[in-house]
Amino acid sequence: MRSTRPISGRASMNIIDTLVQGILLGGLYALFAAGLSIVFGIMRLVNLAHGDLIIFAAFAILTITSMFGLNPFLSALIAAPLMFAAGWLLQYFLLNRTLGKDILPPLLVTFGLSIIIQNGLLEGFAADSRRVPLGSLEAATIPLGAVNIGVMPLLTFLSAIVVIVGLNTLIYRAPIGRAFRATSDDPVTAGLMGIRPQRIFATATGLAMVVVTVAALYLGTRANFDPSAGPSRLIYAFEAVIIGGLGSLWGTLVGGVVLGVAQTIGATINPEWQILAGHIAFLAVLAFKPRGFFPRAVD
Amino acid sequence: MFTRRDFLKTTAAVGALAGTAGLAMPALAKGGKIKLGYVSPQTGPLAGFGEADKFVIDTFLKSFGDKFEVVVKDSQSNPNRAAEVAKELIVNDKINLMLVASTPETTNPVSTTCESEEVPCISTVAPWQPWFIGQQGNPGDPKSWKPFNFAYHFFWGLEDIIAVYTGMWSQIETNKQVGGLFPNDGDGNAWGDPNVGFPPVLKQKGYTLTDPGRYQNMTDDFSAQISAFKKANCEILTGVMIPPDLTTFWNQAKQQGLKPKIASIGKAMLFPQAVEALGKGGHNLSTEVWWTPTHPFKSSLTGQSAADVAAEFTKVTNRPWTQPIGFAHALFELAVDVMKRAEDPTDGEAVAAEIGKTKLDTLVGPVAWGSDKLPPFAQKNIAKTPLVGGQWRLKDGGSYELVVVENATAPQVPLGGKMEALN
Repeated sequence: MRSTRPISGRASMNIIDTLVQGILLGGLYALFAAGLSIVFGIMRLVNLAHGDLIIFAAFAILTITSMFGLNPFLSALIAAPLMFAAGWLLQYFLLNRTLGKDILPPLLVTFGLSIIIQNGLLEGFAADSRRVPLGSLEAATIPLGAVNIGVMPLLTFLSAIVVIVGLNTLIYRAPIGRAFRATSDDPVTAGLMGIRPQRIFATATGLAMVVVTVAALYLGTRANFDPSAGPSRLIYAFEAVIIGGLGSLWGTLVGGVVLGVAQTIGATINPEWQILAGHIAFLAVLAFKPRGFFPRAVD
Repeated sequence: MFTRRDFLKTTAAVGALAGTAGLAMPALAKGGKIKLGYVSPQTGPLAGFGEADKFVIDTFLKSFGDKFEVVVKDSQSNPNRAAEVAKELIVNDKINLMLVASTPETTNPVSTTCESEEVPCISTVAPWQPWFIGQQGNPGDPKSWKPFNFAYHFFWGLEDIIAVYTGMWSQIETNKQVGGLFPNDGDGNAWGDPNVGFPPVLKQKGYTLTDPGRYQNMTDDFSAQISAFKKANCEILTGVMIPPDLTTFWNQAKQQGLKPKIASIGKAMLFPQAVEALGKGGHNLSTEVWWTPTHPFKSSLTGQSAADVAAEFTKVTNRPWTQPIGFAHALFELAVDVMKRAEDPTDGEAVAAEIGKTKLDTLVGPVAWGSDKLPPFAQKNIAKTPLVGGQWRLKDGGSYELVVVENATAPQVPLGGKMEALN
């Protein structure tokens, strides 16, 4: 019924193309996941509103772009501190109250937050599917023999690496990172040493929101988004975090790449397999390495 | 999983102003108002289809509010939700006639519910094959297909869209290699169906179709399809996509060096906002056109022409016209016409029988069930409206205009220009 493509002399070229596109796609998933990874790694907080926050940030970038006629990259630069502030306030005044022994309150609160954000955006921006315009950069491409690499996907992947190097430097080299790790390990003792866990948590969420802004920039320029598009992004973020291993940022990148490559390989066999292949890869990792490739957090 | 059913209260629009157009309505004089149920996607990914609803219903109630009451329910773009609200309308609101619009994901669950509850139903804005075949117990076996007693549908079919698309393609010199993008949903499976979809007709007309297979909606990557189309040297692309997927695909296609001469994509480019989301890349993409302000039809309710209705929509809502306006309006035209003829509006069977006898010139063209132009199994429940083909042209200032470029199957609709190649 459906044609399977014959294997030709260009098959090897196709495999390279599939891998390259998959790895680049993995960069996008890693960006989705990095914010989630920080929040979970430091606070053990599962943020179900993460996808909606990405869409929220995308609308913020879109608004700044269209209001001031700025380049989307500049808009993201303006949106980032705003999102940091929003994240800080959100954590300090709302999410901190949900943290405790019981894992249910944060889940319920962030689930509610997800609904509030979606409907708030629907009210403010209507249900239109929108996109952040990038002009000629959208179609820009680098031809490398038989493989064409899009400039935007390449930038997405490089940004994912920059974000992860940056976060790792911050967490493992800077004083604030020491405070993050100390609070994450033992908030009570960290408190005795003069660290205020509430503020540390707030800063961490603020930081996660900056990463969310970067993810939103690349999501918003790559595809259309509308107020209800968040949850479908959440699952890839979760899977990337779990595949990579909780608490490891490089692991998150690996997780994103595993998902991306699994999807493109699946799609090459048959597009019906595309999304399923990603989920199967995730299940396979869970079955054989239940704690992911590079687990750092000990629970 | 992430529905917000309790948050969004469904709204009940109740009649406001009186003042009918002086129509004789014996059936309506028997006392209480006739209750119409209306289900459409007003929120969620399909919300663009429901955009015109409020405007259309307000216009309708302005003239017919003293005889009719409309209870509106939002399907939230979710088939399960659509079936649920249909049941509510039937059981709690005790509606006399169901009206439903927009995509098989909305029309099918509602029509099926009406059929089993024996409530008359008029449905539109879904090609008739996914509507009719999709509701059959065994879609794979044409012999088992049965007509419905209460559910009626008016729109065009896949045979029309295939004729329109191939008509557009024949205006431009190509190698006749076609790449198909069919998702794994009601529309995609019908379009790609090896018996009733695109494949057999394309083959017969001398086109070669490369169909890599059904993909999931909301896919982040189309590299596999793009590389298959490049390999087959496809100069024509077609498919039935949702807007986010079209944007992702079209950008990736350009990034990965796929340069077709023609791209005719269904569903994704119905709305100007979706084309604008493509930036300059949307220029000369082609799509099916079911209704435009240039369609030479008039409303049987208000006497307005298509252009008048579109202009009023823009004036009231400050938004560009969209194709569903005409069909939402026509649904209410049919409701009034049927109820005018029905002896007793509360007798479901009698009302359903009257729907079958309809012959009405509506804002979307003449609607009459029982046409012999359809296969015998579908004649009872399907009425066809004209379909033409159009191209989106970029105007100065970055907005888009839909120009009719192909009208072989519906010559009464005027052409606005000639088909142009993408590059």
